[in-house]
Amino acid sequence: MRLLITNCHIIDPSQDMDALCDILIEDRQIKEIHEHKTKGKAQKNNSEQKTSAREQEIIDAKGMLVLPGLVDMHVHLREPGFEYKETIRTGTEAAVHGGITSVCCMPNTNPVNDTPGITEFIIRKTIQEGSCSVFPIGAITKGQKGEELAELGMMHDAGCIAFSDDGRPVMDSLLMRRALEYSRIRKMLIISHAEDLALAEGGVMNEGLLSITMGLKGIPAQAEEIMIARDIALAELTGGRLHIAHVSTAGSVELLRTARKRGIAEITAETCPHYFSITEEAVSGYNGNAKVNPPLRTRKDVEAIRQGLHDGTIDVIATDHAPHHKDEKSAEFDNAPSGISGLETSIGLSMRLVDDAVLTLKELVGKMACTPARILGLSDTKGTLRPGADADLVILNTKKEYTVAASDFRSKGKNTPFEGWTLKARPAVTIARGRIYTWE
Amino acid sequence: MNLRSKDLISIKDLSAEEIGHILETAAGFKDVLGRDIKKVPALRGKTTVNLFYEPSTRTRTSFEVAAKRLSTDVINIATSTSSVVKGETLLDTAKTVLALGADIVVIRHKCSGTPHFLARNIDASVVNAGDGTNEHPTQALLDLFTMKEFKGGIQGLDVAIVGDILHSRVAKSNIYALTKLGAKVRLIGPPTFIPDCLKDLGVDIYTDMNAGLEGVDVIMMLRIQLERQGKGFFPSTHEYFRNWGLTAARVGRAKKDAIIMHPGPMNRGIEIASEVADSSRSVILDQVTNGIAVRMAVLYLVSGVRG
Amino acid sequence: MPKELLDKKDIERAITRMAHEIIEKNKGIRSICLVGIQQGGVHLANRLSAKLKEIEGSDIPVGILDISLYRDDLNVRKEQPVVRRTQVPCEINDRKVVLVDDVLFTGRSIRAAMDAIIDLGRPSAIQLAVLVDRGHRELPIKADFVGKNIPTSMEETVTVHLAGDGTEDRVVLE
Repeated sequence: MRLLITNCHIIDPSQDMDALCDILIEDRQIKEIHEHKTKGKAQKNNSEQKTSAREQEIIDAKGMLVLPGLVDMHVHLREPGFEYKETIRTGTEAAVHGGITSVCCMPNTNPVNDTPGITEFIIRKTIQEGSCSVFPIGAITKGQKGEELAELGMMHDAGCIAFSDDGRPVMDSLLMRRALEYSRIRKMLIISHAEDLALAEGGVMNEGLLSITMGLKGIPAQAEEIMIARDIALAELTGGRLHIAHVSTAGSVELLRTARKRGIAEITAETCPHYFSITEEAVSGYNGNAKVNPPLRTRKDVEAIRQGLHDGTIDVIATDHAPHHKDEKSAEFDNAPSGISGLETSIGLSMRLVDDAVLTLKELVGKMACTPARILGLSDTKGTLRPGADADLVILNTKKEYTVAASDFRSKGKNTPFEGWTLKARPAVTIARGRIYTWE
Repeated sequence: MNLRSKDLISIKDLSAEEIGHILETAAGFKDVLGRDIKKVPALRGKTTVNLFYEPSTRTRTSFEVAAKRLSTDVINIATSTSSVVKGETLLDTAKTVLALGADIVVIRHKCSGTPHFLARNIDASVVNAGDGTNEHPTQALLDLFTMKEFKGGIQGLDVAIVGDILHSRVAKSNIYALTKLGAKVRLIGPPTFIPDCLKDLGVDIYTDMNAGLEGVDVIMMLRIQLERQGKGFFPSTHEYFRNWGLTAARVGRAKKDAIIMHPGPMNRGIEIASEVADSSRSVILDQVTNGIAVRMAVLYLVSGVRG
Repeated sequence: MPKELLDKKDIERAITRMAHEIIEKNKGIRSICLVGIQQGGVHLANRLSAKLKEIEGSDIPVGILDISLYRDDLNVRKEQPVVRRTQVPCEINDRKVVLVDDVLFTGRSIRAAMDAIIDLGRPSAIQLAVLVDRGHRELPIKADFVGKNIPTSMEETVTVHLAGDGTEDRVVLE
């Protein structure tokens, strides 16, 4: 495969690049980048290409942004076991539709990904049916039961890029300590779903006046903050690498900020687009599509998350893509499963941070591609357009408004609280695994 | 005047005018209940379905009597014996009920928000008979009707609600209705049952029952669910009664002509002393009678709203 | 352009004549109960009762009857009728009930009133007194005592003002 993309406005923080270029892709890798330093030189290069005998495709990216393919380190692909909600095939289709070319899939499948066998299954399925790269995250504990460590080393050998019991916390502090200590054998990344189950028990939305007047059990912000404080302390104790998943409260951001100041080195954190875009009010009318864990919080928390992104306390934007079947989501609010199908609204929602001057374009791409790639140890090949890296990229149209319609989603999960929203950023072309996807 | 919505799901959605209209209509229906022939043909030919997912004798019977007095046909679906046990979804049950020709569906469910879901998905009128810990609008309406009957009006009335406010749909509907109509509401109980943020609803909060009952016109006692003891909301029923049980002495703190209310069923000796429940100030049985008149008014008024 | 059909004096004379007719037809006012239909018949019933007392010297029980729950057009009306009070202070069984209404038109209100009365008891007879009969009957209903017969067209409305102390009495056609 040989592809030339011309007139690329590249935003690539990994090369500190915000420039107009042409990109040459060959055999699934970035071969060359030519900056348009002067107009004349670019044309000269073009004609050089044209005289070459080899056949190539040309895409003109004029008027659009070209970014490294986004790296989403928190996605639920549901396979094996919950194929009625999503499969590796449909989930990765949704990813590339959203401009995401690498995903990390969480282990709360059925069976849980707590053995090399399941890890290998996921990798094999991806090769057969995946539209983009998939990096499995293995369970920390066997069956995610929170009782015994899973075979982290063997899973790592089989291809697990990080470990998490996501969906659930590791409640037992001693076990979490051991996991962080043991993970040091390969400097493995431990991703924490921070939720004190006792405080959160039975809760279905944020605790506050709204939950009381809706007659719904609430989850207090402290359920998240207590566990983040604990995990930070354990990371400090053990020297393990800790990544906090889906940060949602002002108090959590404050804890992370303090830890950062104190220089506890290997702690990183992510948040999701819904936590910087909507509040608990979205649940009004008992809208099951707004039911998510951690729950949507208050305006104060949303502001704090945005501030945390702005000042670098939060390193990564990930989706926590959690597709569910529509029958499940339209049950009674108490009984509906938590989760938002987020792969296909992520870039659109996140671009609003740039419009609102919370992040610069470069910072945005950093949080959605470069930094997650770095944390996962993939920065040679992913999250970058450096020559030699994988040819994973997205040509993004940021000029034309569109309306979010779940019926358009490639994901099986149509559960989004953003139905009907007007957004501006949408992939025009995504390139991943050697394939070019052109979107309407 | 018509109600604005075909459904009666929450007091939060009703204006003060609509509440007043329902109470006045209920007065007209109370007249009907005083006659020999306690029946009027107003809703003849309509079908009311009682869809009770939670067991309930008093509320269901009250709705059944009200519906029959209006000459509607009544179908009772008690879901413990129905297809719901076999796993039928709420939506499928609702559509089946509609296909049976229901004009009005009265629903009680342990999950908050269920009547809202139903109302969005079927054309019939939906009346909320209690959803989870959210609301019990007809209970609040009959409570207000009773207060009006004995006290003349709601504006400026001092009402104390005592007990597990957090989990009580009766308390919540009453708080919304009373504040909308200008009453002064006090909540009395342990902090585990009364979160601070409730102050934002415009009520006063007391943990000391003696201080809280000082000078009130109405004492509304709530039923304590004994399961809450196991979850740490209060240490024992003995301690609960000592601090927040309604004794004759505590009744003495209220105004001389204060009335005592309870949505029933009562836990004698836990939230209310036996002799107080049976005293002349108790209007608990009037609440039951008024419940039928109020529910007749509600059924009549919702069926008058056309799409 | 509204036109006054009856003024204060006309109404006073009509009520006097109707009262005499009631006494004549019933050979006295023993065992009669006046029942005014909400809302137009209530004031008229009170006036008739006062006039009968003036003439015969004894009190006549006066009740008010709300017929909204017996209407035959509940499914069709846009505005739902307001349910008002019904208070009939006397025993209906074996009594003569004189229904009182301000305007007799299609007759449907009277049909509803009769059903309502019969649910309250079994009167020995039901008679009907109206201030104005404007024609256009849709049911076989006839008034026993009529203040004035006024032919009208369907587009016109007849409004009877009878409240308070009688200074504002008039009947208006629009």
